[in-house]
Amino acid sequence: MSATTATTPTAKSRKNALRRRNTLLGWSFILPNFIGFALITMVPIVALFYISFTDWNAFGNAGWVGFENYADLFGNRNFRIALVNTFYYAIPHILLTGVISLALAVLLNRKMRGIAFFRTAAFFPYITSIVAIAIVWNLLFSPDYGPINQILGVFGVDNPPGWTTSADWSMPAVIIVGTWREMGYYMLLFLAGLQTIPHELYEAATLDGAGKWKQFLHITWPGLRPTTFFIMVMLTIGSFKVFDLILVMTDGGPGTSTLVISQYIYQQGIENNKFGYSSAAAVVLFFICLAVTLVQFAVNRRNER
Amino acid sequence: MTSPRSSTPASGPSQDLAPSTAPASATPTAARPAAGPPLRDVSQITPRRKTRKPSAIAARVALYAALIVAAAFLLVPFFWMVSSSLKNNLDVFSVPVRWIPEAFQWHNYADIWVQADMATWLKNTLILSVVVTCLQVLTGSFAAYGFSRIRFPGRDVLFLCYIATIAVPWQAYMIPQFLIMSRVGLVNTLWAMIVLQAFGAFGVFLMKQFFETVPEELSESARVDGLSEYGIYWRIMLPLSVPAIASLALLTFVNTWNDYLGPLIYLRPRNLFTIQLGLKTFQADPQGSSLDALVMTGSVLSVLPIAIIFLLGQRYFVEGIATTGLKG
Repeated sequence: MSATTATTPTAKSRKNALRRRNTLLGWSFILPNFIGFALITMVPIVALFYISFTDWNAFGNAGWVGFENYADLFGNRNFRIALVNTFYYAIPHILLTGVISLALAVLLNRKMRGIAFFRTAAFFPYITSIVAIAIVWNLLFSPDYGPINQILGVFGVDNPPGWTTSADWSMPAVIIVGTWREMGYYMLLFLAGLQTIPHELYEAATLDGAGKWKQFLHITWPGLRPTTFFIMVMLTIGSFKVFDLILVMTDGGPGTSTLVISQYIYQQGIENNKFGYSSAAAVVLFFICLAVTLVQFAVNRRNER
Repeated sequence: MTSPRSSTPASGPSQDLAPSTAPASATPTAARPAAGPPLRDVSQITPRRKTRKPSAIAARVALYAALIVAAAFLLVPFFWMVSSSLKNNLDVFSVPVRWIPEAFQWHNYADIWVQADMATWLKNTLILSVVVTCLQVLTGSFAAYGFSRIRFPGRDVLFLCYIATIAVPWQAYMIPQFLIMSRVGLVNTLWAMIVLQAFGAFGVFLMKQFFETVPEELSESARVDGLSEYGIYWRIMLPLSVPAIASLALLTFVNTWNDYLGPLIYLRPRNLFTIQLGLKTFQADPQGSSLDALVMTGSVLSVLPIAIIFLLGQRYFVEGIATTGLKG
């Protein structure tokens, strides 16, 4: 605004009037969405931090308790289990989904018969409801007569795992289903990234005699960097907040073997009405996601240099 | 309708790809005519020529084999779901696995409406999905117009707030949100779900991305013709944005249809159940666990509308996701 210093008073006031008009106009467009957005998203996010320092519960008296909720939280065995389980789900899931979806995208990034069908098939699990998926997989995973263990039996596995009924195998089962569901989605994102890499680069590399693997290493991988970064952020946040898949498949069990932070928040907040305490757990989840995202930003920046 | 869309798909995460990321070895040869093998040294070609064709075929076969395995892995659960939905309840598990029912129990698809409250669940889900989709498209595109076409102080900060919240997991703020909804008195009404789903930042973001590909000159000339900003939004931007609106509408519809956690928290009374909540309750019911085939029938019915929508509007799903890459 100070750039136009030589304006006459009238021009200045006209400019102010225009600005005011634009502000009103702009807000008139944004307001209908903003009211809902503020109510269900912005205010809750800000309120979360405040509530986590209170003892707000079913009786409604929200008194300030400082860091008490946080101390209780980290002293609680189930919360610590949920924290460890969240990482136990997230890390294998991120690696598996990332690698498989990238491999599929590279395989599919060409013209051949049946590709369109395959892309559709790969994406379908992602748009199917988690409830239906979880119910079907639970039946597939049935320990005694389930199709999966019968197939394993054919391959000579005498003692097939108990999957969702076993404390040791329930998390792997959930990871398999999570990966199965999401790989098509991330494959699509990778494909979009692959299509931005100029085709001439590959032609030139072929002329130079570079093999497929070398081409991948020197053209595809560097060319995909912005896509990979973006996917890793989305995939990581998605993995750390995992909830409904687990809720429907195992309900956190058997025992606490698949209890994750999101479910802990739900149990303490919605089921037990311990709003202050559960908000503290939610703040922890918030900072885990934030920290992981920041680390990825830092890694991305270092790689760019 | 087709003109501005062509530039959208790549505008997502990866627009700053520059050819400079290519390895140095590739650049000098890029100038060569792209006439392939004939230009190469004979010494290089001859030893390879013999092996090349069979190995190319082998590679192709391996590729197809890999894709078939992957496709089977992706689709077999759905196949089994449909097949089990047509079995007797007691035949869902059999040794050995029966992939095709012995006798097709078509009556399952009639029984499910009696055994479970499917009609109510579907009705509620349909109402929610339609209302939420309309509201999301309208308010989202309306706000996106404000963000992309009108310049006013504080606009960019506000948009940043929108973007930032997309990265915050909903699970982190579901408790305060629940408290606000209780305070406003929306818990245990369908309104809770409408408010929850219809005002997401996602729609604003997707529409803004699209609006920014529409040339400013179009609105400029409309302004000269005396059209108001609302007129430009309604008569120029919306008609031009049909592909983006289709993407947003389909993604929102599917998202609302599939939501389980929202209804779980906000729709406790049985007459408000959605299809996902109803199905899960039906399956968890002690009686439901002996009705495996019927549970599968319900699952098929819950997936069917989404499958149809997906097959018809596939293009828009893919474009919506490639544009924003943001969802869930």
